[in-house]
Amino acid sequence: MPREDNYILDMQDITKIFPGVKANDNVNLSIKGGEIHALVGENGAGKTTLMNVLYGLYEPDGGQIFYEGNEVDLDGPEDAIKLGIGMVHQHFMLVEPLTVTENIVLGSEPRSGLMLDQKTAQKDVKEISEKYGLFVDPEAKIQDISVGMQQRVEIIKTLYRGAELLIFDEPTAVLTPQEIDELFDIFKSLKEQGKTIIFITHKLKEVKTISDRITVLRSGKSIDTVNTEDVTKEDVAELMVGRQVLLEVEKTEANPGEEIFKIENLNVNDNRELPAVKDISLSVKKGEILGIAGVEGNGQSELIEAITGLRKIKSGKFELRGKDITNFNAREIKREKVAHIPEDRQKRGLIMDFDLKENIILGYHDLEPFSRNGIMQYDNIAQYTEDLIEKYDVRGGGMESQAKNLSGGNQQKLIVAREFSHDPEFLIASQPTRGVDVGSIEFIHNQIIDRRDDGAGVLLVSAELSEVLSLSDRIAVIFEGEIVDVLKASETDERELGKLMTGSQAEAGGESNE
Amino acid sequence: METLTKIFSLSLILASFRFATPLILAALGGIFSERSGVVNIALEGMMLFGAFAAVYGSASTGNPWIGVLYSMIAGLSFAAILALVCVTFKANQIVVATGINIFASGITIFLLQVLFGVKGTSPMVNRLPAFRIFDVRFNPITYIALILVPVAWFILFKTHWGLRIRSVGEHPAAADTLGINVNKLRFISVLISGVLAGLAGAHLSIGDGSAFVREMSAGRGFIALAAMIFGKWHPFGAFGAAMLFGFAEAVAVRVDFAFIPSELISAIPYVLTLVVLAGFFGKSTPPAASGEPYYKGEK
Repeated sequence: MPREDNYILDMQDITKIFPGVKANDNVNLSIKGGEIHALVGENGAGKTTLMNVLYGLYEPDGGQIFYEGNEVDLDGPEDAIKLGIGMVHQHFMLVEPLTVTENIVLGSEPRSGLMLDQKTAQKDVKEISEKYGLFVDPEAKIQDISVGMQQRVEIIKTLYRGAELLIFDEPTAVLTPQEIDELFDIFKSLKEQGKTIIFITHKLKEVKTISDRITVLRSGKSIDTVNTEDVTKEDVAELMVGRQVLLEVEKTEANPGEEIFKIENLNVNDNRELPAVKDISLSVKKGEILGIAGVEGNGQSELIEAITGLRKIKSGKFELRGKDITNFNAREIKREKVAHIPEDRQKRGLIMDFDLKENIILGYHDLEPFSRNGIMQYDNIAQYTEDLIEKYDVRGGGMESQAKNLSGGNQQKLIVAREFSHDPEFLIASQPTRGVDVGSIEFIHNQIIDRRDDGAGVLLVSAELSEVLSLSDRIAVIFEGEIVDVLKASETDERELGKLMTGSQAEAGGESNE
Repeated sequence: METLTKIFSLSLILASFRFATPLILAALGGIFSERSGVVNIALEGMMLFGAFAAVYGSASTGNPWIGVLYSMIAGLSFAAILALVCVTFKANQIVVATGINIFASGITIFLLQVLFGVKGTSPMVNRLPAFRIFDVRFNPITYIALILVPVAWFILFKTHWGLRIRSVGEHPAAADTLGINVNKLRFISVLISGVLAGLAGAHLSIGDGSAFVREMSAGRGFIALAAMIFGKWHPFGAFGAAMLFGFAEAVAVRVDFAFIPSELISAIPYVLTLVVLAGFFGKSTPPAASGEPYYKGEK
């Protein structure tokens, strides 16, 4: 029986075992009808597993699920859909070449005779879109629309199937700050219409902003369920990690030395051959962190790719320690003691099918002691890996496990371990804590500050404004491929940066003079 | 001048249709299979086995229509093997299909020996009667192929069933989360491709001729794949490509050029395919999940 009458959903003692891992260990989760319930926990705590059990994608090894008072047995997503459960997955489940409408109706298509009834389908989509304020273009193909709109398509998909309980798996991970605000407006509007929302995240600010109640998972176990208004961010962080966590970065005043890296009049094009970086000049000193703040898609990615030798530049010049490295390739740049934490760890940071020891020497694999006369020295590599796994606290697998089996936070720590272990003098960190849990964020931030204090220059790019503000010594604001201003971190705040980032330059300039 | 008239004569155009028929059928089969996410390079072997089965059916019953039925069953049986091993058991599609092709070549030669007691060519059997519509005389399989082009288009692009096939070939996990049975759809699509490839074989042995000759598919299954790619996995596109290839074959067979060896003309389809694959005629993008087995619940 469900434990209380007003629970729309009550999951009791859910256990799910994967080979070698207990992903869910007697987890309890109860959801009241009409609430926004945040499910939080570090990466690998079992949040997504629990939701996949609820959506019928995984069969639990133990436990019971009660929905609207009745015990239910979910053999597949179709069972969950029938009950009124909808899920918006972290990686969108959209078929790129198909249209918005086709994606929405797929699997429950309206028909007239033999044919798929496109007209009715479009009408239904339009109705839902208007009712909930979810703007989409029904005839556009998924591959041509923005990430924000793709997410709205996913939401409409669940509503089209009559979802009453909507599960969102890390919905904000892929969104810009503006899109996050829009999403939360949608949450509110759904709640007003009587829908119930379960919302997976590990961003505490969001939890405080939008949720009614919070359930915390840690290492596969449910730790506690609390009312949002009764707790602080720090409380939730402690429940998640199991120890006190510093949410604020602690660092001493920077002690900048001579210039280590310089960009002069850099111009770079994007994949469509349109200018993405326009005439940027920047310089980074030893012992300082230069942060680049900006809404994603304003040229940050192209800038970093150009600096690290991954993208051709149109014009301009790079200097490292006074040496011209403009036309160096990625490998030559690395050999100049430049470390790079790439923005997409799964695409550029790791080879997901390689194991930890192979990943941890990538890029240095041809150097002694990892290889000698072209032959890999696996004994040395194993020893080295063991040391680094310990030092950087990479958890979730031994040196023989594949990188893809680690949680996001541990994957990121693995990259940090590799990049920081060759005495880098110039460090490029792009979205270093994206999709990483609070415990690992603290660790990675401290590592970056340690490198700075050792005298390395750091170039930091992050879409998280709070991260840029707390880590950087100086902040360059990028907007539409141009640096609009360079400020001292101690002399600015989120409001001013926010304005500069969205191009209201004159206004912000006026304010800072007040 | 005489050569030119020959090239553009009605009889040559009609011949093009005859040569294109097996390509159209097999290419449609390939489209169904690949749109659902299964690469089917076993079309060649299915076609060859279908050609043999058609002759056997016609020989043993005297009725070429039974031969047609046999050819489809033959294609279906090979497709069932491919689907079982690659869809259900998730083996590598290219390796299994290559195995089927080699097996088809061996088993047909073996059965020629066992059932007909001959080595290279079967005895003559009853062939399908040609139907005359106005001045055009084709065997029924050519008409069937021509009808199936719009039918395939209708199924793939106008029915809910086609939408589902396309979705499992592009993003099986997305289809799965909507309660669509990915492997069932793939299995069925592969079976359809087998039936069509088998029918293509029947055209070769008892439609266009009246005997089975060893290795008589002669790479047409692969040219059909080329037509499918050239046609961008679209029934009308594949039809156009198959007609072009059929025309090239007709020219090579029918027209004597003084200076150009006919072998060079026969090479046109292959050259065209290379040109297309290299991307000279716009990009040809295969279904995103084509060739990848689907594992439920994989990260």
